[in-house]
Amino acid sequence: MDLATVWFCVIALLWLGYLFLEGFDFGVGMLLPVLGRDETERRVLVNTIGPVWDGNEVWLLVAGGATFAAFPGWYASLFSAVYLPLVLFLVGLIGRGVAFEYRGKVDSDRWRSRWDKVIVAGSWIAPLSVGLLLTSSVLGLPIDANGDRVGSPFASIRWDTVLGALAVAGYALVHGAVFIALKTEGDIRLRARRLALRIAPVALLPLVVLLLVVQLHSGSVWTWAASIVVALAALGAMARLYLGREGQAFALMAVAVVGVVVALFGALYPNVLPSTLDPANSLTVADTASSPYTLTVMTWVAAFGTPAVLVYQAWTYWVFRKRIGTRHIPPVHVPTS
Amino acid sequence: MDVLDLARWQFGITTVYHFLMVPLTIGLSLLVACMQTAWVRTGDRRYYAMTKFWGKLLLINFAMGVVTGIVQEFQFGMTWSAYSRFVGDVFGAPLAMEGLVAFFVESTFLGLWIFGWDRLSKKVHLACAWAFSLATIASAYFILAANSWMQHPVGIELADGRARLTSIWAVLTNNTVLAAFPHTIFGAFAVAATFLVGIGAWHLWKRTDEEPVWRSSLKLGTWVGVVAFAGVAITGDFQGKLMFEQQPMKMAAAEALCHTEQPASFSVFAIGDVTRADCESVKSITVPALLSFLAHNDFTSEVKGLDELVPLYQQKYGTNYPVDERLGELSGKPIDYVPVLPVTYWGFRLMIGFGAIAAGAGLAALWLTRRGRVPRGRWFPLAALASIATPFLANSFGWIFTEMGRQPFVVVPNPSGVDGVWMFTAQAVSSSTAGEVLTSLVVLTTVYGLLACIEVFLLRRYVRAGVAGVIPPPKPAETDDALTFAY
Repeated sequence: MDLATVWFCVIALLWLGYLFLEGFDFGVGMLLPVLGRDETERRVLVNTIGPVWDGNEVWLLVAGGATFAAFPGWYASLFSAVYLPLVLFLVGLIGRGVAFEYRGKVDSDRWRSRWDKVIVAGSWIAPLSVGLLLTSSVLGLPIDANGDRVGSPFASIRWDTVLGALAVAGYALVHGAVFIALKTEGDIRLRARRLALRIAPVALLPLVVLLLVVQLHSGSVWTWAASIVVALAALGAMARLYLGREGQAFALMAVAVVGVVVALFGALYPNVLPSTLDPANSLTVADTASSPYTLTVMTWVAAFGTPAVLVYQAWTYWVFRKRIGTRHIPPVHVPTS
Repeated sequence: MDVLDLARWQFGITTVYHFLMVPLTIGLSLLVACMQTAWVRTGDRRYYAMTKFWGKLLLINFAMGVVTGIVQEFQFGMTWSAYSRFVGDVFGAPLAMEGLVAFFVESTFLGLWIFGWDRLSKKVHLACAWAFSLATIASAYFILAANSWMQHPVGIELADGRARLTSIWAVLTNNTVLAAFPHTIFGAFAVAATFLVGIGAWHLWKRTDEEPVWRSSLKLGTWVGVVAFAGVAITGDFQGKLMFEQQPMKMAAAEALCHTEQPASFSVFAIGDVTRADCESVKSITVPALLSFLAHNDFTSEVKGLDELVPLYQQKYGTNYPVDERLGELSGKPIDYVPVLPVTYWGFRLMIGFGAIAAGAGLAALWLTRRGRVPRGRWFPLAALASIATPFLANSFGWIFTEMGRQPFVVVPNPSGVDGVWMFTAQAVSSSTAGEVLTSLVVLTTVYGLLACIEVFLLRRYVRAGVAGVIPPPKPAETDDALTFAY
């Protein structure tokens, strides 16, 4: 395997980390008003992801940075072509990031409910737009020979990319519910479990349809296999959840997202951004890759950096492994006026 | 406005804004780590209170730094796609390294620090504060290495019309970054120090709670400030000399020096419009021979003026932009090699001026609070509070100067070697429509403006509440499962 292909896999891996990790904290944000019936419950929910959401988000930043370093042409063409959805995505991320940090800083119901709205909006907008971005890259965009988008700023918004947006958001929703069931105790845990089971058939449907569309578009035997793994893992996850085995259900949701990434990136390879105008304009792994020297340097950095990241992020999850419930939530202590 | 102007405004606004949060985070995180170290070593409650109080302000500020940083990571591809294609082989590497090596550490260990007060042993928890702080500094290094490469490209060759990396070591040890990094880091500590002094002095004046906390904070702030300001000045002088060598046009523009002078005098202040057309009519208060010294450590040397530099640039890099439809109106037009003089001239002076005010305030505070004195009256605390703004302004003007001073280039040609690797800003922009960039410019500016108000509101509230605002009253004795720290 040449270095360019290795880096294609590294980028897929970074996306995997992102979809898996930030997937559930998007879900927690989406479900904040649904599962958090009162302020204490909402604080329970926010605190399930409190120590980790920022670290989870970095997976995408690094995916972006790594794409810039390893495939500048891909980074440049994709991000400039999907410009407005990306702006929306950034605004969503900005809003929810600040909201997590600021919602508890003033003791006022109005203050908190406003930030909660920002969290919910951001937690929907971000996975929807990132799903659109990812699907645009897999299914292609109208790009010319220079890699620039032809057509309107909304060229990336099509039925199939919207399906991709719904697929990622739907996955995040279910994944978030499973995560909450895994991380909380008492009543919220039961409600999260019931909710996950109830919404899963609808929420995961776009993902299944998306995988079918992608496989019919450019699938191979093993990406078909990956798609089937996704379906089986998702079914398995719900079955385990039904039996109250949240840990196993969560692990199966992880298997499902591995399948999703393999199926999508497998169908994409050897392209990185197909052109819907002319296959000759498609950006490929080979054309857009950085020089072998740069890739070698980056490989060394990734070879030392990534395992370290995995170790200390895993340690964080270990430190904060306990379930939390309403009894853990301390009284509000913030400055008054 | 066309796409180019909109994209430049957007980059300028988002970057200057982001860099309001960054230096405070860099400076404060290390100082908080020191405070916590003092607490862990001595067990003195004062240091615990300091860690909690300043740590809280750090968090409020950091949240904004993180989210505005995300925009930075994406906007090269979004609005500067031609630039990204041209330099990606080189420029992407430090950005990716920043993410992998620094930003992951920063975000993960900050989470551990915020929520780990009762989950981790004291020492491990302290180590998290240090990991976070050192990662912010490492992060700054990589970003400055990337920026310095744009100012002074090294470690590359031109291949297939693009910059190709030949030595990552050269990029990471570029003498431009070796000068810019300490300058920026000292600047960050100047921000944090002024912050400590201003807020500490205010609390001492108001005689709020916990006097020792404010005394120690003030003392720490004054000493860090003195070291930081000295560091900023020394490294700034060094960086300036390097800049005369690497980007003579930028330095001539910093002085609005129209004609070559020997010895060259430094302009302190100018009256009238500093534009090239008005070269002769601007009245300027000057210090003879100082510019020669700033440029070459020698009071008699020659400093090249714009009149002499422009033909040199034209000869080396062409008189006209290439004919290319992507350049829009500039296609085939003459290249203006002189940066916008009022911006560079005043940017440079405001950077130094605000820095000097901040340094003066720091020195005054050091003298006035010697041996534990607290000046009476209101002018000292109010002046100290007001001077918090000055290092922020100095930093911003410094960046505006250095980025505007390299125009019309986005990648400035290296005068000594690396043939052919440079890029005009006009060539760097994406083929996006003006409507798209205008939309994002308006949206981001509005969001940023709103968030600035909220951050200032929150900071003010927490500052006024003092220690009592961050340390909860002792818990009732019965068993309690509550987390000691939670959102």
